[in-house]
Amino acid sequence: MNGADAVAKCLELQGVTTVYGYPGVAICPVYDSLLDTKIHSVLVRSEANAAHAASGEARISGKPGVCICTSGPGSTNLITGIATAYMDSIPLVCITGQVNSDLIGGDVFQEADITGAAESFVKYSYLVRKASDIPRIFKEAFHIASTGRRGPVLIDIPFDIQNQELRRFEWPEEVNLRTYKPTYYGNPMQIRKVVTALEACKRPVLYTGGGVHLCGARALVREFSEKFNIPVVSTMMGIGTMPSNHPLYMGMAGNNGNLAANKAIADSDAVILVGARIADRAVNAPQKMMANKVLIHIDVDPAEIGKNAKCDLPIVGDAKAIFEEMVKQEIDIPDLSEWVGSLQKVRNGKSRAVAPKKLVDPGYFVNVLSSHMEKDAVYVADVGQNQIWSCSNVIMQEGRFLTSGGMGTMGYALPAAIGAKMADPRRQVVSVSGDGGFQMAMMELATSNQENLDLKHVVMNNGELGMVREAQHFSFNDRYTMVDLKGGPDYDQLAKAYRMKYLKLESNADVETVVEKFLKTKGSVLLEVMVDEDGIVRKTGGAK
Amino acid sequence: MKRIFSVLVENRSGVLSKVSGLFARRSFNIDSLAVGETNDPDVSCMTIVSSGSKQTMEQIEKQLNKKLDVIKIKSFENWQSVTRELILIKLRYNKSNREEILSVCSLANAEVVDAGKRTMMIQMCDTPEKVQMLLDLLSGISIVEVARTGTLALQRCVDMEK
Repeated sequence: MNGADAVAKCLELQGVTTVYGYPGVAICPVYDSLLDTKIHSVLVRSEANAAHAASGEARISGKPGVCICTSGPGSTNLITGIATAYMDSIPLVCITGQVNSDLIGGDVFQEADITGAAESFVKYSYLVRKASDIPRIFKEAFHIASTGRRGPVLIDIPFDIQNQELRRFEWPEEVNLRTYKPTYYGNPMQIRKVVTALEACKRPVLYTGGGVHLCGARALVREFSEKFNIPVVSTMMGIGTMPSNHPLYMGMAGNNGNLAANKAIADSDAVILVGARIADRAVNAPQKMMANKVLIHIDVDPAEIGKNAKCDLPIVGDAKAIFEEMVKQEIDIPDLSEWVGSLQKVRNGKSRAVAPKKLVDPGYFVNVLSSHMEKDAVYVADVGQNQIWSCSNVIMQEGRFLTSGGMGTMGYALPAAIGAKMADPRRQVVSVSGDGGFQMAMMELATSNQENLDLKHVVMNNGELGMVREAQHFSFNDRYTMVDLKGGPDYDQLAKAYRMKYLKLESNADVETVVEKFLKTKGSVLLEVMVDEDGIVRKTGGAK
Repeated sequence: MKRIFSVLVENRSGVLSKVSGLFARRSFNIDSLAVGETNDPDVSCMTIVSSGSKQTMEQIEKQLNKKLDVIKIKSFENWQSVTRELILIKLRYNKSNREEILSVCSLANAEVVDAGKRTMMIQMCDTPEKVQMLLDLLSGISIVEVARTGTLALQRCVDMEK
């Protein structure tokens, strides 16, 4: 057995079934060894997309996604994907080939100091020095990626180490790192203090972030909210904590959030923030926003507590473990029906009018698309105006809403949709991109084909980089530059080139019928939705 | 505010760059940084002096704690610790100022550790404040080179025993 065989065996022992990547000579031994396992290797068309696909898989499976690339440019291309996962706390194990260990530092062909370059985007990284370390390193890497605050771990393996013989493969029973002991259970004293705080407040609100999905606490958070009649709002990453039509769900809060959700935060006297980091887009001017209310912050990462806003009551730990305790508490909570009622009134008060403008109203389209999707479908939103249209108009049931929240990486949706579909082929997966982001990732249509995936892709086409154009409209006196995407492609021709079915939507009147057709058609479909280049997201709050 | 962080880290290659990189990446100040092996060869001790708001000092400790190569962090104020810094100063001297230099040295408890015909080297080990005082006293004299260790610090015994 050599180092590469050991890598393959470690992946098997970790229960990995799929890896995403792109080969090069420096990682050939690992891909060769994978041939002797049941692990399926998916060849993407550009390395960053390997990490995005692994991210999509991880977010659906709940286990670390794995990507494997070569040294030098293979590894540096991967960085954007790693950074994207890091910002959204997605568990990944990224494996890169490296030049022979005795050549490291010599600036040889396809050499890059990837552990150094990726340092600020990884939870931890390893440069493997001897093959016998591989079992321990892999055991640790999966543990680190998937516990505490999730995140990417990088393992860089020199070519000679992949070929080095291992006398014995010693798989550690458990991980014992003296420097890494994340808190899992919430401190019972702190939980009791939360009970006391909730008994004293009159207008509490639960504010849920991506952490709720990452640790599988969704059902428990719902149960808690329902048991005590506490209204819920979410960040963009927290969308899906509650079904959109749940009586206690007020929607997404923040810059792009809706009125009821932002009112819930503004008027509350206690905010229970769960698995959210008070990001700048979610809570504008946090110190001001959180003044005059009790802020209870539940997060697995103590560094997030108090980082952006003063916290009155911190609980460090896994949201799932903490809410298992929280739902058991006897809380003599005051009657909140008036508080909830006042928010529901705002939420239900204004129904969204379909903009009578030319082409398709993107918010209306998202509304119709998401409400026609299957109950547990996965909606993957890209970045740009389309992301705002998606997150503020999507109708969630029991499915998931995936997007690149922290990093805002264009081109995330298509590869992430591939990963999500690979993780659970039974589920309906739809990616929604703008024409800018789509062109950054459209080479992955080939990957999707090669894997025979049934994916539905939406391109909202306005022939512009809408979000930047909007900024130039508001802040640069309509001096438009670098935003014109009129160079194509013709999406019908593109669909044909990738042997996909193609649909086009050009008016609001056809939205219902075309969406139905789009979702019902077997096999991958590309739907081009024509939207107005003058569309603005800044003032549209969204309907739900 | 100024704060001293005594950080025990795994004695592995790349750890110094990970820790200093964290300070750079998050715009935390490093007033001084000194690293050396401890009595355990697997463990190094980094003494980092930083300054900034109270909230920043809290973040430094929390972010350092997230680094997987960091074993333990103690942080304390100047008065809760014994601090020392070693300085080597090479001066150009002549007959007329030699006596003055020597009297400054005896005043500051610095000693001459090397000398040539025109230059001499002074060593001093004391608190960072006294080291700065020596430099100030010698400011009128032509200094050729200076090397300082940066602050080393350990928490006061009585505070630790509490």
